[in-house]
Amino acid sequence: MELKHVLEAILFSAQKPMTPAELQSLLATAGEGDANPFSGAKARDIAPALEILAAEHEAAARTYRLICVAGAWQFASQPEFALWIRTLVGQKHRPSRLSKPGLETLAIIAYRQPLTRAEIEEIRGVSIDGVMQTLMERELVEAVGRAEAPGRPPTYGTTKLFLEYFGLRALEDLPDASELRRIPVEKPKAPITTGPDTTTEAHAQVTLEEVIPHSAHAEAATVQTPAPQTP
Amino acid sequence: MPDYKVQFDVFEGPLDLLLYLVKKEEVDIYEVNLTKIAREFIEYVELMREFDLEVAGEFLVMASTLVYIKSRELLPVDQQAVDDTDEEGEDPRWELIRKLVEYKKFKDAAERLETIERAQENIYPRLPVAPTLDNTTPAPRTTASLFDLIGAVNEVLRRFQLRETQEIFAEQWTVGGKITDIRTRLATASTLKFYELFADASSRQEVVATFLAILELVRLRQLDLVQEEDFAEIVLCRSAEFGDGGNETGVAPATVMDME
Repeated sequence: MELKHVLEAILFSAQKPMTPAELQSLLATAGEGDANPFSGAKARDIAPALEILAAEHEAAARTYRLICVAGAWQFASQPEFALWIRTLVGQKHRPSRLSKPGLETLAIIAYRQPLTRAEIEEIRGVSIDGVMQTLMERELVEAVGRAEAPGRPPTYGTTKLFLEYFGLRALEDLPDASELRRIPVEKPKAPITTGPDTTTEAHAQVTLEEVIPHSAHAEAATVQTPAPQTP
Repeated sequence: MPDYKVQFDVFEGPLDLLLYLVKKEEVDIYEVNLTKIAREFIEYVELMREFDLEVAGEFLVMASTLVYIKSRELLPVDQQAVDDTDEEGEDPRWELIRKLVEYKKFKDAAERLETIERAQENIYPRLPVAPTLDNTTPAPRTTASLFDLIGAVNEVLRRFQLRETQEIFAEQWTVGGKITDIRTRLATASTLKFYELFADASSRQEVVATFLAILELVRLRQLDLVQEEDFAEIVLCRSAEFGDGGNETGVAPATVMDME
């Protein structure tokens, strides 16, 4: 018997998705000694075992998978069987679909969090008051801190419910996360030197003339986000 | 301030409209003729006003930016005014295109989120209902063996060996009477500890009678003798065939035994 088999059996009967930490505590309380050879399993052993298990289910191409949503693991049926399962257990209880502006605003927050309302509006080019209210009410986004800017405006980020609503394991699971996400970097105090003869400001941009000759690659390569502007 | 909400075709904001116009041109976003786009943009804004739609302030700001870009381009490059107020000294065309590209990325990302959102409606997590287990009696771990029983009763009997002297009086302990006792006690408590049964025992004879009563009840399958683990205390549990109590049928009257 291997750890992954024990985990599979637990998750198969679990009433709710379980995190590696919850699985670890269950293993620890199940018994000791010969009766429970996995009583001392560490979270760092459990997480890879779950990955292997999920990969095995994927490879077996059964009608269900072991999935991880917001860090918790569960079995779920594959979407192509929804017709029959819906007939069996009924429509899934989900709030109404998000509007286009809602999705756009949510995408900006998801990829660029934490950020202020002004920064979101800067990207969308339009006021987001109503949209933000909806997103906050649905608990998909929340205030996560305050920006180091005049008035210390609140910054916003996505919630655990956001991950659950979209069935995401983590923010890294967002499509094209590496391209669209911005790792928050401390703005350097002194200008950084970007080349041997250019002492430019940290957020200096390339000019249009530089971009046009090789525009085919420009979109992916050279577009940067402006440093947050203070109004 | 009233909440300006523009619902014109599908355009949510000025960047949306700009993207639409760029797309219509079928050119790369970096090569777009902003002068031409500026004219079309203003046409759309005019149309929106004609239809008496509320035109959000953002559209007017964008229109003015486009007009500014257009006006600059009327002049040769070396005569174009350098905007001193723009601390970054950036080309306004580049500024606008960069914003457009950025916005386009998030518009695409929003579409992918929408796809994921819809896909979620068809993914059903397995949520098993907890099996209804009868937890009224603890799950027996081990059935006590005959040797466990003999060992246990021997412990009880040893207590009486230690008492050197004993008062002698007539005793009338019967196995049948003890069976009734045990059944009565088990009718109220679902389990009884083995040693509890002997706590009040006054003589070896009484111990033996109680012990035989236990054996008889086990034989009749009215009792289960269980141990939490090996060599742990023996516990008497009502079995499935214990009955409603008070019903002595099945206990043969002949089990009243004569001691010695």
